[in-house]
Amino acid sequence: MSDNGNLVEVKNLKKFFPVHTHFFSREKIFVQAVVGVNLTIRRGETLGLVGESGCGKSTLGRLILRLEEATEGQILFEGEDILHYSSERLRQLRRQMQIIFQDPYSSLNPRKTVGSIIGEPLIIHKIGNRKEQEERVLRLMEVVGLRPENINRYPHEFSGGQRQRIGIARALALNPKLIIADEPVSALDVSIQAQVLNLLEDLQQEFHLTYLFIAHDLHVVEHISDRVAVMHLGRIAELARSEDLYRQPKHPYTQALLSANPVPDPTLERKRILLQGEVPSPIHPPSGCNFHTRCLNKFNMCPTAVPQLKEIEPDHWVACFLYGPNK
Amino acid sequence: MGRENNILLKIRNLNTYFFTDDGVAKAVDGVDLELEEGGTLGVVGESGCGKSVTALSIMRLVPDPPGRIVNGEIFFSGNNLLTLSEPEMRKIRGRSISMIFQEPMTSLNPVFQIGDQISEVLRLHERLPKKEAWNRSVEMLKLVGIPAPERRISEYPHQLSGGMRQRAMIAMALACSPKLMIADEPTTALDVTIQAQILELINRLQKEKGMSVILITHNLGVIAETAQKVAVMYAGRIVEYSAVRPLFASPKHPYTQGLLKSIPRLDEDHGRKQRLEAIPGLVPSLLDLPQGCKFSNRCKYAFDRCTEEPLLVEAEEGHLVRCWLHERKLN
Repeated sequence: MSDNGNLVEVKNLKKFFPVHTHFFSREKIFVQAVVGVNLTIRRGETLGLVGESGCGKSTLGRLILRLEEATEGQILFEGEDILHYSSERLRQLRRQMQIIFQDPYSSLNPRKTVGSIIGEPLIIHKIGNRKEQEERVLRLMEVVGLRPENINRYPHEFSGGQRQRIGIARALALNPKLIIADEPVSALDVSIQAQVLNLLEDLQQEFHLTYLFIAHDLHVVEHISDRVAVMHLGRIAELARSEDLYRQPKHPYTQALLSANPVPDPTLERKRILLQGEVPSPIHPPSGCNFHTRCLNKFNMCPTAVPQLKEIEPDHWVACFLYGPNK
Repeated sequence: MGRENNILLKIRNLNTYFFTDDGVAKAVDGVDLELEEGGTLGVVGESGCGKSVTALSIMRLVPDPPGRIVNGEIFFSGNNLLTLSEPEMRKIRGRSISMIFQEPMTSLNPVFQIGDQISEVLRLHERLPKKEAWNRSVEMLKLVGIPAPERRISEYPHQLSGGMRQRAMIAMALACSPKLMIADEPTTALDVTIQAQILELINRLQKEKGMSVILITHNLGVIAETAQKVAVMYAGRIVEYSAVRPLFASPKHPYTQGLLKSIPRLDEDHGRKQRLEAIPGLVPSLLDLPQGCKFSNRCKYAFDRCTEEPLLVEAEEGHLVRCWLHERKLN
């Protein structure tokens, strides 16, 4: 096992989804969900992934878990390319990486008790005997702040925040190294959101977890992440340490996103960068830099070539021609 | 509350209850509110706090059964809306008071063109002929910033993006130049860049048309940037009411303080891994509320007096709070 501190390395990853067109049409149309993403997730860190709806952030998460098959590219987990794993090795791999979903209502089977939801991964992977499994479930419930006496209750008897705790306990059951959290708090009320964020931070400390934290809420991502990647139409626009990204955003898209985000402080007079127009369609993305149609700083180079992600300051990567042409 | 003369909307002791098999849920329990002409009132709170039911009560659109406005008065331009007959109310809805909702896809009719849906309001309320109503609809779409309105007007809702649909909803709501627009989570389903556009649009139209706006949201950031007055609701009651700046600068109610502390902020100094101060516990079920102050079971300052219900009192000029901590200071 090569250990350069990276748990996951994503290299030139692409995912195109075919779109159904007319039955007789020979033309093939694709949604370009992920277009050549390079990304590393370091052991023990929280990497935030932000972007607007349809930017491919969830698809990227699902590709890393191999819940979707990549069209092209490489995904290395602990140095091994997992895209060519056999189904048996893949099953083994799944113990190492788990996912927490956004919607705590649709991601839990309503006909199963909390105990069997949390314990199911243990049964599938044949870990321990029944008694050990039950002990593990009770321990997990305690860890995420659910009362053990509720083990035989059903999901509908819990509130949104508690259900999200059930989903978190399930993700922890197999002691994974990586947890991909796909909008884990977006469906929750503000006061409950804070509880779940604190829980995620505590669990990371306790179990040495690595998170890929996918969200559209910039406040939340900034709070929890060590590094943040900003995605726009299937590409990474900017990647930097959380504090650098929020203090000195370089990419015009990141700047616009940050300035669009409402701040709960009425005394703050801000100059807002208002993007004109809509997010372009990932079926027909703009040529060159795919942000150029909405960019306020665009110049003649932007529609003609795709800017590559380059390191303009230590640990601060930007894909924008404002910071020099491609090498 | 306010001492201004030109009060457009005045709600007195509004009680809207839902009669369910498990008991009576007091979704709105004694709400008083005032809104002056041209003002923006933000109503914040978490799910189930009664903010949307308050809005539906103003529109008299509370689903009945199981819901019913059991008590209260809602004065709009001096008339009590709760005593109007249904036909009279129908003349007000969409003309003097209009409403936009969170999910524009479910509030637009999928089988009619956008133009038909905007025209309907104009033909119904202003008795405009078909052609004229259609032309006015094109103008409305232009007003809300939809590009190529002549083409968009004959499209169906599914052909528009989320932001466009919300713009179309706003165009429909504004078609008759209402005096009051109620926006119930208008940007919650939208991306931040589109949210910024829509809020900007609401602000601009409000200034141009001089209308009043009630903005209902759970997002304190949206409130801070758009509202002048804020009401914070919890379990069917207003727990704090003030102008926007004092509320954010010195929140008085422990619930408001907790809400503000539980949002991660971008602008504070980046003390890495600073924990959020979460409010413990859960939003209580309306069928099973604590005795006295409804927040007392989650409040870190709760003391023996909190088993009695506190009143909404003026802690500072124009800053009202429903909490015994502030009652004590006054006495």
